[in-house]
Amino acid sequence: MEMNNAVGQLFFLKWLYFMSSSGNHSRSSADNINRKTPLLVFNDKGIYCPIADIYIDAWRPVDKCIITHGHSDHARYGHKHYLTHHNNVPIIKHRLGKINVKGIEWGEQVSVNGVVFSLHPAGHVIGSSQVRVEYKGEVWVFTGDYKLQDDGVCQAYESIPCHAMITECTFGLPAFNWRPQAEVMEDINTWWADNAAEGKTSIIFAYSLGKAQRILKHLNTDLGKIYTHGAIEKMTEVLRSIQDFPTTELITRETQKKDLLGQIVIAPPSAHGSPWIRKMVPYETAAASGWMAFRGARRRRAMDRGFVLSDHCDWQGLLQAIESSGAEKVICTHGYTDIFSKYLRSIGLDARTEKTQFEGEVLESEKEAV
Amino acid sequence: MRDFARLIKRLDTTNKTTVKVQALADYFQSAADQDKVWTIALLSHRRPSRPVNTTLLRTYAAELAKIDLWLFEDSYHIVGDLAETIALVVPQIQEVLEAKSLTAYLEDIIWLKKQEDEVKKAYLQKHWSGLPYYERFVFTKLLTGGFRIGVSQKLMTKALAKATDLDEDVLAYKLMGNWDPATISFQDLVLAEKAGDSDSKPYPFYLAYALEDSLEDLGAAADWSAEYKWDGIRAQLIKRNGQIFLWTRGEELVTDRYPEFEVLKETLPDGTVLDGELLPWIEGDIGSFNDLQKRIGRRTVSKNILKQVPVMLRAYDLLEYKGEDIRHLAFEQRRAYLEETLKGQAEDVLSISASLPFEQWGTLANARAKARLVKSEGLMLKRKDAPYRVGRKKGDWWKWKLDPLSIDAVLTYAMRGHGRRSNLFTDYTFGLWTENDAGERILVTFAKAYSGLTDAEFKQVDKYIKNNTIERFGPVRSVVPHLVFEIGFEGLALSSRHKSGVATRFPRILRWRTDKTIQEANSLDDLKKMIP
Ligand SMILES: [Zn+2]
Ligand SMILES: [Zn+2]
Repeated sequence: MEMNNAVGQLFFLKWLYFMSSSGNHSRSSADNINRKTPLLVFNDKGIYCPIADIYIDAWRPVDKCIITHGHSDHARYGHKHYLTHHNNVPIIKHRLGKINVKGIEWGEQVSVNGVVFSLHPAGHVIGSSQVRVEYKGEVWVFTGDYKLQDDGVCQAYESIPCHAMITECTFGLPAFNWRPQAEVMEDINTWWADNAAEGKTSIIFAYSLGKAQRILKHLNTDLGKIYTHGAIEKMTEVLRSIQDFPTTELITRETQKKDLLGQIVIAPPSAHGSPWIRKMVPYETAAASGWMAFRGARRRRAMDRGFVLSDHCDWQGLLQAIESSGAEKVICTHGYTDIFSKYLRSIGLDARTEKTQFEGEVLESEKEAV
Repeated sequence: MRDFARLIKRLDTTNKTTVKVQALADYFQSAADQDKVWTIALLSHRRPSRPVNTTLLRTYAAELAKIDLWLFEDSYHIVGDLAETIALVVPQIQEVLEAKSLTAYLEDIIWLKKQEDEVKKAYLQKHWSGLPYYERFVFTKLLTGGFRIGVSQKLMTKALAKATDLDEDVLAYKLMGNWDPATISFQDLVLAEKAGDSDSKPYPFYLAYALEDSLEDLGAAADWSAEYKWDGIRAQLIKRNGQIFLWTRGEELVTDRYPEFEVLKETLPDGTVLDGELLPWIEGDIGSFNDLQKRIGRRTVSKNILKQVPVMLRAYDLLEYKGEDIRHLAFEQRRAYLEETLKGQAEDVLSISASLPFEQWGTLANARAKARLVKSEGLMLKRKDAPYRVGRKKGDWWKWKLDPLSIDAVLTYAMRGHGRRSNLFTDYTFGLWTENDAGERILVTFAKAYSGLTDAEFKQVDKYIKNNTIERFGPVRSVVPHLVFEIGFEGLALSSRHKSGVATRFPRILRWRTDKTIQEANSLDDLKKMIP
């Protein structure tokens, strides 16, 4: 799990070097920055700290970028330097290949030009962080994607007091109220057991980073064997260095149909309707997503079952997070931003929305992004 | 109500008819008798009238959820269903109410209607906060109506037949007409045998195939009979033991929806079964299918609508003559008996579909060219010596339809498809040019279509839609107007219910006009000129 120490040291020095060398340059421009300029702004490349000249989750290639977590709409290819939680390092290396990345601990402070950055658990997926940004006593927090419920897989969310909070609100509608994970997992295990009793294979669709491992971790291994699609097997393999998971078996050309009967298969949503699953007949399909709360979404998905399980906050979760942060100023990024910020204003907060290229929990898209 | 909620959930989570029938049959085998009566009533549109109007429902639900009404409304707009929205926004339950039967809930609902608003509010909020999510949803649906779970009366009847071992057609007859679920017992409604129960029994319809080859390939013209093909609802009219029964294709018994045919009780001989087309008959002329829409699905018909859109049966075959099944006889022979039977009947409710005389195939092409003028959609060809067959069988009956009308229209809105296409935008809305009051050229919606493109084309259009979305309304997106499609349809009629003022019949995409710009698409006026 620990990164090779010497290599880690080297990365750290490199990061500091680029911080201080570019620091000189940006200090002079920092003096020119109007005092009224917010600590974090939104430009066409991403969320940006002008004083430190650092981006967070930029969607276009930039020089220095802090990454909240490994989903593809947050961790993009092409930045010169990446900084992220060390648990996220193997994830983004797996996804993005050869990149120049440095991993840090929870709460570890990185100062650039008087701005202090630190990462804090977001509870979304393994290695997911909120970014705390402090300058002259003013504190901003960008939540990235987050959820309050402890999923037993990743480091649980931690509330960070702040003046301004930039929050996602993917499920920012009072119609979303998650049930406890234990109840949903019991439903999933019951579904598996029922299918097995009928001699059918259970195929559950879940994103390869996050949802797949969350389900995997809590499957009842007494019920049978757990098979995986290649995309999920590979990502899980990467994460086994950080968290323990039940044994899985990769489905290969050699896997016989009869081996799968009664067992469960975890597959990415893109495999739905592909020839890959057709060979598993007879099977039952299910999707696990926050969107499954909607009957229309369940029906449009053409799945046999929909389990309401999300790695994002529900309505109450968002409100609770904002309240306990003490933030007076709230900026809403992806999700039902207009409705959610209107509600926040109605309860007396200074709330607005900003357009980003983050995608929330994508239900039907062919691409892997959450 | 727990078992009823479980039934609705089972019905809602499958698209497979066989699974639905099984779910219903299981329920009918295990539920309490009076709950079964109510279930039959609910699934055949016999719900008690709404006890609380929707404005109050919204207000009470928003209050319970501790949210402003605007936020409730915005959520409703996104969820798309009132009962579902209410069930979703009210807080999770603390304490579960004691279980009550479906019948008890419906009795509550009937009682509730006459109560003061304060009583209504207390009752609703108590139940919303005391039922688990799915029961809460079903409970609210009982108040608002329409489960939309893809269960037709026919499917429900089939399941009931399976559960009770009774004949499906006999059951359909028993469930017809006016009965009150609050007072009738399961024994009286379903189980009790009454004389004449099977008088209503129809024959399976014989269905024609579309003509693919040339007429000459059918052989000698002299072996064939021709008539116009009517664009209404296929129907079977039965007169037995002094009673009239009307069945439509899909085998639904609809006698009580079309009181026009009552007069035939006196004049049609007992033991007569006619096959024909139900048509709107307005001031001595065939109306449009759009007129007929006003009658379809309407359980109770007002005097006004009866006067506005009367219907008639245009008969073209006789299946039972003097109480005898004559389907084995040659068409020519049945046709002779049909003419004899219809003599002297009230022509405004029962007329014969005339035979078109022809000696050579060429003559028929001329008749077909005139089809639209006589409000028909083409020709029917029937082999003179053929029996009346069961179902869709090739060879003896052919439909020779007119080529569709077509127009070039602009893609304006899109929605995701279903089933294997659920990840693509494949349900489209099309617009035609018109002028608004300010004299500007705008696109007005005229039709929806979701078939006619290849998978590759759908993928391309889907990509365009995802990259060119203007606004999202729930599952629907408005799209930057840029793509032009040729839309085909079977018929046209003026309609006040449509934004464009025109209703099209069976619209579908004929092809993607990549060669045309949106400026070259047709106008609403062009479309109106096509109305016969
Ligand atoms: Zn996101
Ligand atoms: Zn994410």
